[in-house]
Amino acid sequence: MSDSVGAAVAVHDTHTGYERLGFVRTYIFSTDHKMIGRQFLFLGLFMLVVGGFLAMLIRWELGWPQTPVPGFGWLFKDTEGVIPPEAYNMLFTMHATLMIFFVVMPIMVGCFGNFLIPLMIGARDMAFPKLNMLSFWTGAVGGVIMLAAFFVPGGAAASGWTAYAPLSAVTEYTGVDWGQNLWCISLFVLGISSLMGAINYITTVINMRAPGMTLFRLPLVIWSLFITAILLLFALPVLTSAVVMLLFDRLLGTHWFLPKGGGEPLLWQHLFWFFGHPEVYILVLPAMGVTSEVLSTFSRKPIFGYRAMAYSMIAIAFLSWIVWGHHMFVSGMNPMIGMSFMLSTMVIAVPSAIKTFNWLGTLWGGSIRFKTPMLHALGFVSTFVIGGLSGIWMANTPVDIFIHDTYFIVAHFHYVVAGIIFAMFASVTYWFPKMFGRVMNEMLGKIHFVLTFIFFNLTFFPMHILGLGGMMRRIYDPTQYEFLQALQPINHFMSISALLLGASQIFFIANFFWSLFAGKKAEDNPWKANTLEWSAPSPPPHGNWAGSPPTVHRGPYEYSSPEVEEDYFPQNRPHPALTGAGSSARVGGH
Amino acid sequence: MATETRILEELGETKDLLDDVGGVPPRWPRGEEDDRSPFRDSERGYPSRNAKLGMAMFLGVETMFFAGLIAAFLYLRLNASEWPPASQPRLPVFVTGINTLLLLASGFTMWRVQGPAARQDSGRPARGLGMTFLLGTVFLVVQGYEWARLVRFGLTFSSGSYGATFYTLIGLHGLHVLGALTWLAALQLAAKKKRLAPHHPRVFLCAMYWYFVVALWPVLYGLVYLV
Repeated sequence: MSDSVGAAVAVHDTHTGYERLGFVRTYIFSTDHKMIGRQFLFLGLFMLVVGGFLAMLIRWELGWPQTPVPGFGWLFKDTEGVIPPEAYNMLFTMHATLMIFFVVMPIMVGCFGNFLIPLMIGARDMAFPKLNMLSFWTGAVGGVIMLAAFFVPGGAAASGWTAYAPLSAVTEYTGVDWGQNLWCISLFVLGISSLMGAINYITTVINMRAPGMTLFRLPLVIWSLFITAILLLFALPVLTSAVVMLLFDRLLGTHWFLPKGGGEPLLWQHLFWFFGHPEVYILVLPAMGVTSEVLSTFSRKPIFGYRAMAYSMIAIAFLSWIVWGHHMFVSGMNPMIGMSFMLSTMVIAVPSAIKTFNWLGTLWGGSIRFKTPMLHALGFVSTFVIGGLSGIWMANTPVDIFIHDTYFIVAHFHYVVAGIIFAMFASVTYWFPKMFGRVMNEMLGKIHFVLTFIFFNLTFFPMHILGLGGMMRRIYDPTQYEFLQALQPINHFMSISALLLGASQIFFIANFFWSLFAGKKAEDNPWKANTLEWSAPSPPPHGNWAGSPPTVHRGPYEYSSPEVEEDYFPQNRPHPALTGAGSSARVGGH
Repeated sequence: MATETRILEELGETKDLLDDVGGVPPRWPRGEEDDRSPFRDSERGYPSRNAKLGMAMFLGVETMFFAGLIAAFLYLRLNASEWPPASQPRLPVFVTGINTLLLLASGFTMWRVQGPAARQDSGRPARGLGMTFLLGTVFLVVQGYEWARLVRFGLTFSSGSYGATFYTLIGLHGLHVLGALTWLAALQLAAKKKRLAPHHPRVFLCAMYWYFVVALWPVLYGLVYLV
């Protein structure tokens, strides 16, 4: 096997099996899992910019209620730049929808699932490369439909990302007509895209592993993506059926969710959250997987409790099916049912805590390298702990009934879900060398991390205080309530922090594009990591390995092993005593 | 000492693998053939092993999709004060019962084409597929005829949750039957032209989907028409 990029390219060209593909087949309709991964990354980053922009407008309205947004007179013409209440509803609805379905899912699941699974299990590609291509393009169409909703009369959906019926089911209630229909159609289309992806991931992980890659030698990020795919497979169809019913209610005059014809608004909540709670684990599990990889690599220590990590992810996946009622404590449910949802919700904290303690155990006594990916992974662990602890607290029905639909909830889910952005930055910086063949700038990366981490906490932590002070979620103008006027300085402070948080992302964007074209060329294994993707050239050619795909000899976290001189021991390297090559066996050579 | 244990482990790797996954792990085919092209799979059609697993998961997706609909139907029905509402027409239980038998028969003809008994004889499956297609089409036509009658009696999508649940559940199943019939027609053409063996993966995959559509129906018939 060749170590350098140049040699790999030479092999690439002379190999009769590697077809030379034209521009369209290489960059647009590619069946290469790595290109599809990059496509998902760019889709997600673009939507991150759009979703972030919506968040800035929301914070403007809350910080300086009913004052014109500077420079946005053209957008809100009738009010000379003031965000009208209907537009505000649209902003928070679309902010959440875009961030959840078109940022976190495409980047964490779509991009890294596609890019990493074949490379890390030693396969040449996904099990169904064409289905994979179709999955991306279906998802992209879903994105276009979702964005098109901004431009139809009445604007985009404004019933919250949870689209509670009957608010979402009757046009007159929100004044949004086709915007809400397009929201349903877009999620239907995106559901099909995600299901194609999930089927592909599961088949690939089960059937395409390299020789020696047993289930308990899989890197934890692959475990997390595998479990995520299973959750997607069984949770998303329920959302799909629910949006079909909602769409029928809106277009065909059925009465699934409308009380007047014998329908039941609560039915929507049940269906939505039966999908919705597994969904939050779909979002967070890949982030946990990435964190495990990065913490172990940069602590130069095996992950603490590998099997416990895998089993706790399986436990989370099972438990995530029986906790959905904790979103509905104030819906008037039977207190006994509320009690059982409360208990199951507290139980799910146990496997999550096992993971957190294992991360700390991994750090303990390690020789830690504070590279950018490591900083972001630590950022994810910190925000996850805060969000997780507030989660246990408000799982209690007496607490939740008090703080339900206040900013405390908003604080909680931003610490967990928006905290995933740290795992996202960790994975982008960690795998950037493998994806694009260049290393990102360390200095810019660190500045970006520090600013993001500070302003993230300054933006979201005060939300806890506002929530306990009684500030309602989705409120348009807090100053209209006398009891909230005293809290307005906090809103002011948070909005300034949020704008600075947004501005800090300029460092990331600059670093990303600068490194893409002018960054330092990456070696095959810049972080001295063990997993199989680092045995391929950077970036790997179509087909991933020029010679035979690797054979696996051990688990993925053999750092600082006493059996070899270096502090890492790649999965594909035969034991030196077996090959007689001495302990300085070449990386990837066999 | 540690090194020794490790070497022993390396040598006994095969046993170790069996212990871990409960079976021989999938292996890349070795040798020249594998090195020649990374596109080997797409050139020769994907391995049927992957396709079967993928199809099984797709059926899992379909099951969850209908589980969502059925759960919603039961939720509304159990909360309704009267079902069916006094003013609404009754569903054609008898005709649909006969129709159910027809659809089950189509499952049986598919089984004759593709099931274990068919594997021994190397005959062509095209005729049996044609029979299945015919039975499926009759089922769909009778369903459509009954729908037209119900609409005439005044049961529509918008006549309360009774009409909404009926048309949504039965209609979405009908759409699935239509999709399966299209697939069956394409398969039958291919079977005639290329003389596909009964155990060919393409026949197997289509049969899996057909069995799903057939097996789902008695559940819907029982819940929507009978109970």
